[in-house]
Amino acid sequence: MAKCPECDADVNVGSDAVKGEIVSCPDCGAELEVKETVPLALALAPEAAEDWGE
Amino acid sequence: MNSRGGPPPAPRVGVLLSRVRVEEKLLLQELQSRGVETTVIDDRELVLAVEKRPDLGVDVVLERCIQHSTALYALSILDTWGVPSVNRYEVAEICGNKLLTTMRLIRDGVPSPRTRVAFTPESALAAVEELGYPVVMKPLIGSWGRLISKVNDREAAEAIVEHKDVLGTYLHSVYYVQEYVPKPGRDIRAFVVGDETICAIYRYSDHWITNTARGGRATNCPVTPELNELCVRAARAVGGGVVAIDVLEGAEGPLVNEVNYTMEFRNSIDTTGVNIPAKVVDYVLEVARAATVKAAT
Repeated sequence: MAKCPECDADVNVGSDAVKGEIVSCPDCGAELEVKETVPLALALAPEAAEDWGE
Repeated sequence: MNSRGGPPPAPRVGVLLSRVRVEEKLLLQELQSRGVETTVIDDRELVLAVEKRPDLGVDVVLERCIQHSTALYALSILDTWGVPSVNRYEVAEICGNKLLTTMRLIRDGVPSPRTRVAFTPESALAAVEELGYPVVMKPLIGSWGRLISKVNDREAAEAIVEHKDVLGTYLHSVYYVQEYVPKPGRDIRAFVVGDETICAIYRYSDHWITNTARGGRATNCPVTPELNELCVRAARAVGGGVVAIDVLEGAEGPLVNEVNYTMEFRNSIDTTGVNIPAKVVDYVLEVARAATVKAAT
């Protein structure tokens, strides 16, 4: 478990979470990036840039 | 068989990515389930010495960057040095730019919406008026339906053109104007892997923009021989590989609207019943094996 960097809520990720995975904060909905899995560390995911996409 | 008579070694796969979204996670799980030696390459940490062949320790790179410019230039370097990739540089270059995509579709006789290109605000307005309202104006580069405008009248056209001229980067000064194709509340997203349309979905929305990233709902769309043929032709026009084709159901027949080269498919696996990541991994391994054979001959 780690704290949401946006709203300080407790955030759990699945046991199969991997570094770089994007998860949502269950409280505020912020997109978070898994920076480390052990120990779990979360950061706000980058905002979409103009050339992001498919 | 290799020269010693044993089976050829399994290809090693590098997955070039920016962030692990659902699609990347499914692809990584698929690779892992097959025991494929896989290296995750974070494009934010990547440094490529362009004077020599990148030593990534892999036989093929599966490109899953979220940023077009990163994908484009990384693939350019890999391509120059003969590192096999899915997709190839050419495909990223073409699909990442709506005008280049349109020109390939036209070159290969793939039906697509009528399009005009202009380079000044004045000529852009002339192009809009020539096509007739409503029209759709799109940035050349961009995705997920962002900054796409349906322009219903002259006043709206003048406002959009002025905004693009004053606020946009230089790329927004290339005005890409398409006829608006009325939709029956839906369009089609078809997934092509190699020479096959593996599945397709209808994307329903009350809004004229139907991207599932914008809330469009997905249902299964049967792949008819006609749809398969159209989509495979569109895929080949942009260089082939693993692509998603957006098809509009026009009054006079289907029209290929866009081709996406780093396709998202999270909403389409359960909807179609097709294991899309498995099909993609099959193709990636095939590309690696073909490159190995080619290098040995």
